[in-house]
Amino acid sequence: MDFDLIITSFPKLLSATLITLKLLSASLCFGMILGLFFAILRLNKNKLISGFAYVYSYVFRGTPLLVQIFIIYFGLGQIEYLRTTFLWVILKEPYWCAIIAFSLNTGAYTSEILRSAFQTIKPGIIEAGNSLGLNKLIIFTKIQVPIAIKQSLPAYGNEIILMLKGTSLASTVTLMDITGVAKFIISTTFRPIEVFIIAGSIYLFITFLVHNLIKYLEKKYKYQ
Amino acid sequence: MELLSFGDKGWGDELFIATLMTIAVAITAMLIGFLFALIFTPLKLSKYKILNLISNFYTTVVRGVPELLVIYLFFFGGSGAIMYVAQIFGYYDYIEINAFLTGAISIGIISGAYSTEVFRGAIQSIDKGQFEACHVLGLKKYIFFFKVIMPQMLRLAIPNLSNVWQITLKDTSLISVTGLVEIMRQSYIAAGSTRDPLLFYSVAAVLYLLLTYLSMKLINRLERNYSRGY
Repeated sequence: MDFDLIITSFPKLLSATLITLKLLSASLCFGMILGLFFAILRLNKNKLISGFAYVYSYVFRGTPLLVQIFIIYFGLGQIEYLRTTFLWVILKEPYWCAIIAFSLNTGAYTSEILRSAFQTIKPGIIEAGNSLGLNKLIIFTKIQVPIAIKQSLPAYGNEIILMLKGTSLASTVTLMDITGVAKFIISTTFRPIEVFIIAGSIYLFITFLVHNLIKYLEKKYKYQ
Repeated sequence: MELLSFGDKGWGDELFIATLMTIAVAITAMLIGFLFALIFTPLKLSKYKILNLISNFYTTVVRGVPELLVIYLFFFGGSGAIMYVAQIFGYYDYIEINAFLTGAISIGIISGAYSTEVFRGAIQSIDKGQFEACHVLGLKKYIFFFKVIMPQMLRLAIPNLSNVWQITLKDTSLISVTGLVEIMRQSYIAAGSTRDPLLFYSVAAVLYLLLTYLSMKLINRLERNYSRGY
């Protein structure tokens, strides 16, 4: 055990935590929007539209996140046309490529979580809204969405933790997040165990916080 | 299309071999995972608090830390640890463990944590009366486990184990960082030498999709087989 290394590398890893958290929160926000959008498409009666949403979630859940990042970061840059559009400003940055890949990935999982949550809402509740003369938008935003959020909290908590672990892949496209910095320190000092302990505890600490936040929210929004 | 042909000019045969490698690593990792689950599930269900603590520590840490970090730990630390043990026994040469074993062990440890949770859940959802019945009948412990608990546990565990398999299969892509030539690494090499990353990473995605699709089909058949009579 090299305690000096633990003390010197701790601040470095802690500052890298900021990037990890930025990546995590950005992709969760975009992923939530995508997830909600595709969950609604999935529940559409039109077979073509729901089929499209199914293919999206199937492809992104069936392939490794690493492949998705590489396609977006290395692959899309190959298309000449893209380089001339304004999209290139975003796509040449590894930071944004990582966020796009993470958002699409977590969006696929979120859409599945929300879909099953929407499907478990009893039809009687929606009928009650209808018979009160509420219009479709209000039924959706005021009745279906709040119930779906409550239903999907535990599963979404797991998804946040999976995504936190997923952000470690950003290190493969040159971003210096916790794992990136950890790998750099390991490969310069050849002290994998010490670095693993610190980096691992930072991740575990974030996991612990997320876990408790979800637990608190579950308690708060429990059915009476 | 020529790039994907089999033979000298194309990468088809290389990618095919790489796919086999991915399958081999995934299966080995899954089996290593079962081995870990076999050790840690009884600990989790044990009466002794300290044993529970050890098992909980394992599953919480492994499931809370990124897979990539675990792989780096074994990739950089694996041979060091073995050499350290070897030195105690008076062996001072450089030992290198190969990439396949490093990858399979690190992914296996991760998949073992998930499997442990699955088995624990399955055993806990077996009716208490079954345990009591076996106790009353005076069955030996291992007969009781292998003949009564195991068949029921498998039926309950298979749907969740199929999720673990999917996770393990996708995690194998991360081993490419250690240089083991599986689908991801082969696509990386091919993309580098042909300057056509879009094509090769898309092919990799299709290969993974194919693997997950086929394994789902297979597992569904297995599931039907084990739930006969229900």
